[in-house]
Amino acid sequence: MLRKKECVAMLLAGGQGSRLYALTSNIAKPAVCFGAKYRIIDFPLSNCINSGIDTVGVLTQYQPLVLNEYVGNGQPWDLDRTFGGVHILSPYEAKTDTSWYKGTANAIYQNIRFMKMYDPEYVLILSGDHIYKMDYDKMLAAHKAAGADCTIACMQVPMKEASRFGILNTNPDGTIYEFEEKPKQPKSDLASMGIYIFTASKLFKYLELDEKDPSSQNDFGKNVLPAMLNAGEKMVSYRFEGYWKDVGTISSLWEANMDLLGDAPKFDLRDTERVIHSRSPLAPPAYVKGEVSNSLIANGCEVEGTVIHSVIGTGCVIEKGAVVKDSVLMGDVVVKAGASVNYSIIDEEVTIGKKSVVGDVIAKASKLEGKTNGITVLGRAISVGDGKTVPAGEIIDKNV
Amino acid sequence: MSSAVGVIFSSINDESVPELTKVRSKASIPFGGRYRVVDFALSCMVNSGITTVGVITKNNYQSLMDHLGSGKEWDLARKEGGLILLPPYSDESEMLYRNRLEGLKGASAFLRKCKEDFVVVADSDSVYKIDYSKVIEQHAKTNADLTLVYHEHRCGDSNSYMMFETDENERILTVDVNQHSTSIKKNYINVFVARTSYLRNLIQTAITRGYSSFSGDIILPGVKTGNVYGYKYEGYYQNIDSLQSFFKANMDLLDKKVRSYLFGERDIYTKINDASPAKFTESAKVSNSLIHDGCLIEGTVENCILFRGVKVGKGATLKNCIIMSENVIGDNCNLAYVVSDKDSSVVAGTTLAGCAQKPYFINKGMHI
Repeated sequence: MLRKKECVAMLLAGGQGSRLYALTSNIAKPAVCFGAKYRIIDFPLSNCINSGIDTVGVLTQYQPLVLNEYVGNGQPWDLDRTFGGVHILSPYEAKTDTSWYKGTANAIYQNIRFMKMYDPEYVLILSGDHIYKMDYDKMLAAHKAAGADCTIACMQVPMKEASRFGILNTNPDGTIYEFEEKPKQPKSDLASMGIYIFTASKLFKYLELDEKDPSSQNDFGKNVLPAMLNAGEKMVSYRFEGYWKDVGTISSLWEANMDLLGDAPKFDLRDTERVIHSRSPLAPPAYVKGEVSNSLIANGCEVEGTVIHSVIGTGCVIEKGAVVKDSVLMGDVVVKAGASVNYSIIDEEVTIGKKSVVGDVIAKASKLEGKTNGITVLGRAISVGDGKTVPAGEIIDKNV
Repeated sequence: MSSAVGVIFSSINDESVPELTKVRSKASIPFGGRYRVVDFALSCMVNSGITTVGVITKNNYQSLMDHLGSGKEWDLARKEGGLILLPPYSDESEMLYRNRLEGLKGASAFLRKCKEDFVVVADSDSVYKIDYSKVIEQHAKTNADLTLVYHEHRCGDSNSYMMFETDENERILTVDVNQHSTSIKKNYINVFVARTSYLRNLIQTAITRGYSSFSGDIILPGVKTGNVYGYKYEGYYQNIDSLQSFFKANMDLLDKKVRSYLFGERDIYTKINDASPAKFTESAKVSNSLIHDGCLIEGTVENCILFRGVKVGKGATLKNCIIMSENVIGDNCNLAYVVSDKDSSVVAGTTLAGCAQKPYFINKGMHI
């Protein structure tokens, strides 16, 4: 029997994530920490395995070290396979032509040979910057039932935000008659989630056509999808209902973390039906002596201070008299005695000195204008000296 | 190549903690919120550069197998060596081994194949962190037949420990098996090092001569020849030989010094289970406790060890309890000095109390 895979997933993980500023100075966006013990890429990878897709190409380009280390052989997601499994796909040097991934479509184009190894019927294209749980298998079933050439997952967004997304204009039967990338005057509120299923032969055909077009930006949303539509291919929308969040900005990343909290959280990580897998570090359980309320605390933490309405990553230390409120601490952060952290996102391995003040109370800080809406951001591995102040809304990537 | 192999006994003195070994071997007793007792001996071997470990099993080793799996968490899933389970070897008498020597017989095929010069043999009923490579170093230097690791504090409840006295070069002079003497302070912790060839011969001799007691037939005569040495281990050590000492060993982890000694370097390996981070609600009040990923805390928790996925309901109060994974403690319960095995539940409004000497024990999978 010839070995093949019905559906291969290709995960676009090369984006720089420039709107996360200091958080992506030296790691790719999909490797950014989320929800105390995860990284963003855990969500699409877990969705794949939970949907029965065991062959995933991860396309990396920008600062891939942490991401490559993290994905490794794919074992935490059960993606270490003899045939299939997870593969890191970086741009490579070829005999005639060497190039970086020029756009999303070009990145997939450069890996057509990888996909063809598995002789797939379908290809699932994913991006590495969204937090959600989705059964791709249901979407694939819809793709097959509709006899589509391309199925685009979409969800309703508030009309006033629609111009930030790729917008689908659909017929009553769900087929798409127009695709507009970030339109100024959106005609509908159905936003593309950046999740596509293609019938493989069609994908390969249009990627090759796109590659031959010198005027193309080699982007799915801008070029490939409109080209398929113009050529009369059957494009169908797939409505997703459930939690989905693009965490490409500081404020959306903060919100998505806060969405995990509360008695009835908007996004429940505790739901055991579709477990999100991650490369769990080897830390003992969290030690808690202080006051902790309405928060998530990961293993390895030592909490002797106060934590309110916050998400605390693996191995954080919050010393006596320190207060962390409305904040996200990523992992191995040390908040020394008497320091206070408010309305902030603190990246991994940051140390905050004694009696330092980082950020301002949410009621005041959130009124600030600026790149982060008042959220204070401390970049990876920096340290804030004793007694220092970091004003609300600052983005810091050097020692203070 | 590594210079030593490891051999771990997973089922010695199972009967000393009947509550916890009803459903498992001693090695797989859950400990410290996420570990199994075997993790300490096994991780220490790995951290000492040992890459081949045989685990001698006996009864009820399903849970141990489930825990160890392929050994990948200890980096022991190898083509060469790695983790090797040594199930009970039955000879014509068709009985399971009754003692250490008979257990070692089952490992003789494994030992025959080993090319390493030294072998570290350890029980897996204790919590400690020892660098076996130092023991091997001393063993090689003294050219001893056997090097027995000892600790100067009494660290268990049972009276069946071997104690001994050494000279200034750590050579063992006298051995006291029945603890008649009160002046002897060096407690053997059931870890020894030997040359692989020496141990192989020892087992062969034991088989041909029908020896049955490791201490009586091997150590005592060995000491008389003057070539058995002690190695002093000075770090944290706690033997789990009763429910009471199990309770104490867990509670010791609430001491920062013990915790950072054992786990500070994050090199005690264990099986990984994915669980979401622990969730504390508005009504949670937690002090001096260890809380593992997957827990949901809505009540009050004081001086407790909570394993993965424990739910503590609203208005419930837990004091001095050890609650193993996936327990559900209902609203308004009041628990003090309770040890609850895995997958159990306590219905809302229940009051249960034990004491440090005799914790109230809830069997695995019970509903109270």
